[in-house]
Amino acid sequence: MKNFYDAIKDIMKKELMMGNDAIGRGLIEAGCQVAAAYPGTPSTEILQSVINRKDQAVSPLHIEWSVNEKIAFEVALAASYTGKRSVAVMKQVGLNVAADPFMRTAYLGVKGGMLTVVADDPGPHSSQNEQDTRLFCLQGRVPVLDPASPAEAKAMIEPAYLLSEKYEMNIVLRPTTRVCHSRQSVALAEPVQLERSSAFEPNTGRWCATPAFLPGLHRSLNAKLEQIAQEPDWQPRLKVGDNSQPRVALVASGIAYANLVDLLDELGLSGTIDLYQVQMPYPLNPEFIQHLHKDYERLLILEETYPVIELQLAHPGASGKQTGAVPREGELTPDVLYQALADFLSLEMPKNLPAEGRGQRPSLCPGCPHRAAFYSIKKTFPEGIFPSDIGCYTLGMNLDAVHTVHCMGACISQGAGFHQSYKQDGGTVPTVVVTIGDSTFFHAGVPALINAVLQDARIIVVILDNTTTAMTGGQPVPHMGGTADGRKTKAIAIEPLVKASGVDFIESCDPYQHERFEELLKKADAHTRSEDGGVAVLISRHGCLMDPAVRKMQEAPAVTITEECIGCGQCVEDFECPALSMDEENGVARVDTDRCHGCGTCIPVCPVQAIIPKEDV
Amino acid sequence: MKQQIIVSGIGGQGVLFLTRVIAQAAVDRGIPVLTSESHGMAQRGGTVLSTLKVGDFAAPLIRTGQADVALLLWDANLAVHRSLLKDDGALLINSDKEGEGDRVDGSGIAREMGNAVLSNLVLLGLAVSKNALFCSEEECVVAIRKLAPAKFVEQNLQAFHTGMKI
Repeated sequence: MKNFYDAIKDIMKKELMMGNDAIGRGLIEAGCQVAAAYPGTPSTEILQSVINRKDQAVSPLHIEWSVNEKIAFEVALAASYTGKRSVAVMKQVGLNVAADPFMRTAYLGVKGGMLTVVADDPGPHSSQNEQDTRLFCLQGRVPVLDPASPAEAKAMIEPAYLLSEKYEMNIVLRPTTRVCHSRQSVALAEPVQLERSSAFEPNTGRWCATPAFLPGLHRSLNAKLEQIAQEPDWQPRLKVGDNSQPRVALVASGIAYANLVDLLDELGLSGTIDLYQVQMPYPLNPEFIQHLHKDYERLLILEETYPVIELQLAHPGASGKQTGAVPREGELTPDVLYQALADFLSLEMPKNLPAEGRGQRPSLCPGCPHRAAFYSIKKTFPEGIFPSDIGCYTLGMNLDAVHTVHCMGACISQGAGFHQSYKQDGGTVPTVVVTIGDSTFFHAGVPALINAVLQDARIIVVILDNTTTAMTGGQPVPHMGGTADGRKTKAIAIEPLVKASGVDFIESCDPYQHERFEELLKKADAHTRSEDGGVAVLISRHGCLMDPAVRKMQEAPAVTITEECIGCGQCVEDFECPALSMDEENGVARVDTDRCHGCGTCIPVCPVQAIIPKEDV
Repeated sequence: MKQQIIVSGIGGQGVLFLTRVIAQAAVDRGIPVLTSESHGMAQRGGTVLSTLKVGDFAAPLIRTGQADVALLLWDANLAVHRSLLKDDGALLINSDKEGEGDRVDGSGIAREMGNAVLSNLVLLGLAVSKNALFCSEEECVVAIRKLAPAKFVEQNLQAFHTGMKI
């Protein structure tokens, strides 16, 4: 006969969910009422899930794609001051943008439960670094939770809100890419009905805390951290071994723990060795640390990406990233774990090694307007300097039209820095063309543009306006005037914003019209070099081809390659459209009709005019 | 029952959809399943890999030499992902060239049906007809009906059944 627990499990609804969706659903179940985020892989689908599941919420729910992560954090923070549950969602480098309010929040605390979900990207797969949010939290003195699966990430949310409310602290949930983008059957629960009304209580000593108040707040923060470290629900979990490996233990957190469980199972080692899962890597309970020091001679510590647990344990018999027993960079894939485990337990080394290489590099989509813009920029200024930014258009590096990519919004200030440095040498200053996406421009480009104008940096700023946040799957952008859940709102147009920033040269052009686009680039260059000139802004405007509406709307003359083709490879090398490749057998270029969108932007690239619209055949 | 499956291709080929169909078939049968997927930058035409672990597992990633089944939508990925497959694993490839494994020109077939992306379901059909996967024809049909957008369901099923008949 089935026991009661099994019967309940049968009734409980389960859904195959992506980790990010599980987190989104978890937020709704926990009664979150204000959710703010800026998109970034691997975190994006969390807010998208909250949007998709909006109707499942039982309390009013404000959802926003904020202009950047700092803003998202501050919006969620003030909502928490009113006593409601809120969340700010971002990727790991987004936390750098939100660092200022994040750090101060540790001291001042929150009222209603506040979570900051920060998705890390060990590898990295789609990021500019592999920084570890858990280490950030150690520095910021913020408790951080490290789920090992989508189901666990969801299960942590309600208790995390309770923890946040008990101690009036912001709590960080840190999933990694392999949790965010895994799918698993996840149990659904009924959303809680909190029925909270906003009730902000002014408290200048806290919400305005001047230096006079901060030592007290800091003291109280330290006291809270000591108590949180002792919270019974968040203690490391032990799977006891059979003592065949005495005084040896494995300590793991996050997805590395889950990978380790599978590996031990595969090797027939499950239950033979003490295995600790750390769900809250900071703050660690000092008693747990003492226990490990006292009861184990050797430890293998497996965590992504930095040695956060290892640093806190400071165990003399620890093997980990500090000692070099575990690689200090990259993901702890099952292959990497096997090597570390085999080494630690003196097992036979695995005979199969993973293949080298990552396969085909990503490239801009066929028909992508950015490719046309980059081609024209490179052609017009072969000696130019091309700072660029974070987004699909980073891939302009494949066309040699992107020279630097740093962090959100950096291209405009880097462009200005290049100009200032070259200008002081005298002589001809190279043309600096920076490329920045529309969403990135709003995120962190506007202050940089004002600064460039103010400091008279003579640069050309090309705003690649494809009317969406393309890289992360098409989130709304401020100049389209739509909210996260699809309502109309006021559109903030780019041109007036650029004009108000003090720019006198503002033009816009569809980069598909390559002749006009190149003409405008030359005019922009002249403006930057004229006596009363300054910063020039050219808006490259064409919708993202990922949007089916854009594909449907645009003229699509399919192209073909005639017998005139001399096989020089220029179209494949310099234009780098995935729909063009070399037919090695016949020594000519060919068009992959499965992938070609027929945009025709490759037509002017051929030096012998062998690429022609199909209708001309 | 335990089965480890990889689905390999390049961004835009429908690797994610194929992964979800197989995972749904497991869920509908009540077997635990874990998948991992590529998102973000890699989706822009680069090599993408999904892994599925069906049965009692804790994590979705697959170790070298442990996959029971490999479904390759892009034959050039063989060089990168072949090593994940067991020596005696089932290898199914969408390709119009001769070579290792069970091959079908899924893209060619799908192109004739009007959409090259349907090669993903042609390959699924071939895998099911070879009894390479834990799931049956009927289970796949149910999963496709659940996951495909309404107006594409019939076309998706047609691609799947064409693959079954090869």
